[in-house]
Amino acid sequence: MELWQEILLKTGFALGVISVVMGIAAYSVLAERKVSSWIQGRVGPNRTTLPIIGAIPFIGPFLTRLGLFQPMADGLKFLFKEEPVPGHVNKLYYNLAPVVAMVPALTTMVILPFGQIKDSATGVVTPLILANVDVGVLFLFAVSSLGVYGIVLGAWASNNKYSFMGGIRSSAQMISYELTLGLAVLPVLMWANPPGSEGGLSLVNVVNAQGTLWTAIWQPISALLFLVAIFAETNRAPFDMPESETDLVGGFHTEYGAFKFGMFFVAEYAHIVIGSAVFVLLFLGGWHIFPGVADPWPAGYIGAVLSTATFLGKTCCLIFFFIWIRWTLPRFRYDQVMHLGWVILLPIAIANLILNIAIIAVWDKFNG
Amino acid sequence: MPGKTKVLERKPLSLAERTYLPQIATGLKTTLSNLFEKKVTREYPEQPPPIPDGYRGVPTLVKDPNGREKCVSCQLCEFVCPPKAIRISPGELDETGETAHVEKGPEEFEINMLRCIYCGLCQEVCPEEAIWLQNVYSLSGYTREEFVNNKEKLYEMGGTLPDSHFKWDKKKSAENEGNPHH
Repeated sequence: MELWQEILLKTGFALGVISVVMGIAAYSVLAERKVSSWIQGRVGPNRTTLPIIGAIPFIGPFLTRLGLFQPMADGLKFLFKEEPVPGHVNKLYYNLAPVVAMVPALTTMVILPFGQIKDSATGVVTPLILANVDVGVLFLFAVSSLGVYGIVLGAWASNNKYSFMGGIRSSAQMISYELTLGLAVLPVLMWANPPGSEGGLSLVNVVNAQGTLWTAIWQPISALLFLVAIFAETNRAPFDMPESETDLVGGFHTEYGAFKFGMFFVAEYAHIVIGSAVFVLLFLGGWHIFPGVADPWPAGYIGAVLSTATFLGKTCCLIFFFIWIRWTLPRFRYDQVMHLGWVILLPIAIANLILNIAIIAVWDKFNG
Repeated sequence: MPGKTKVLERKPLSLAERTYLPQIATGLKTTLSNLFEKKVTREYPEQPPPIPDGYRGVPTLVKDPNGREKCVSCQLCEFVCPPKAIRISPGELDETGETAHVEKGPEEFEINMLRCIYCGLCQEVCPEEAIWLQNVYSLSGYTREEFVNNKEKLYEMGGTLPDSHFKWDKKKSAENEGNPHH
């Protein structure tokens, strides 16, 4: 393959992945509205419709009732609304912040493997991934934490006390839970890299190591810690400190409207999609369909599509779990969030790490 | 008051309770079961709300079973109306034909719905049972003029009251055949 062909192909892949992730993010906004309505005994968005598709008998009204066209209406609304810029803001940073929030959310998807393809002739298995880099998980955490800069920047540039409080809380929360997040992942990576292996921190390696048993089943503490930390990292309820409506008006995006708010909004949901995907990869076996069943699909493109579908299905289930939790639990108080992070989760994470190190050391002593 | 206050003993939380996890699981179970419950929403324009008896909606004028105006333009409603929403121009009726025995009728009858407070005093005061507050509860329009209901519109909304007084028929028969009591 020539260079230009390869560049074209990679660009096509990248655009494909971005559209899928953004599509899931847009529809998880709809899912949030629908699930919250159903939990509260309401119907949710059910009026938006398209001229031609909505007129198809049975299917059109059914899709309309499901609110399937609502994300388009929401997006168009954000796009065509007037964009007022308050007079008291720092113009440059105010305009820059939504972009800074959006870029890390889009960048992290580069190292997410989403399936695998088996060559029917040679039997060689290639993971489907945009960039299979060795530093995988490290890159992920490094870049995804940058998302908080967008929030802090927007909060500070808004020159508004509520926004500022939201930004401060967000950064404090990010720092507190980043530690737990990293410590919860370490045992998984240690078990996925026995002596002599060269997998490194790549997520592909972690998924391959789960062919027989999912990590969540035999590492429940790590999984739970990671789950709680990922809720905090994505600023989701019950940890939605930066935008807690009741005490901070709207939090960091109080002064934002129209498309800039839309970008914050989509970035938030993209973070949730990525977070769910990472949890699936690290703890729920990635594209291995059941615990103990390692990718049963046939070789070739059909197998590739099915493995990707498995992965996406699991991710969507986890997104539903995120939404479900939000409409179940009340928000923590700020000091409770800090207490939970530093006094409870961090010691448990350290103890969990030490326990796993000890087990691995003993294991190696008697087996190696 | 000693003896009346009951001090509840607070048991220390068990380990499972202190982790919150069983409670969270219970909460998740509750919300999940709500997910499949019947929805309580009334989808308004398609499903109008049930209107109770005696509801005070938009005031209207009604006709008697013979299709004649019941209103005799006595103007009691106009005088009683607290916000002065009613304006009546009394008029004479044709003394031959269908309206021969009807005392009087309004030439014009206007109810300004921007003023009306739906109190129902007009209905209460009307000696002829000619004005009724009916079920219409949602009015909308683009101009102020649209909210002034004239006579034609009031009768259109009001329809016919199927009462059995037949006041004018009795008057006619009394005039033609004499009063049976005299």
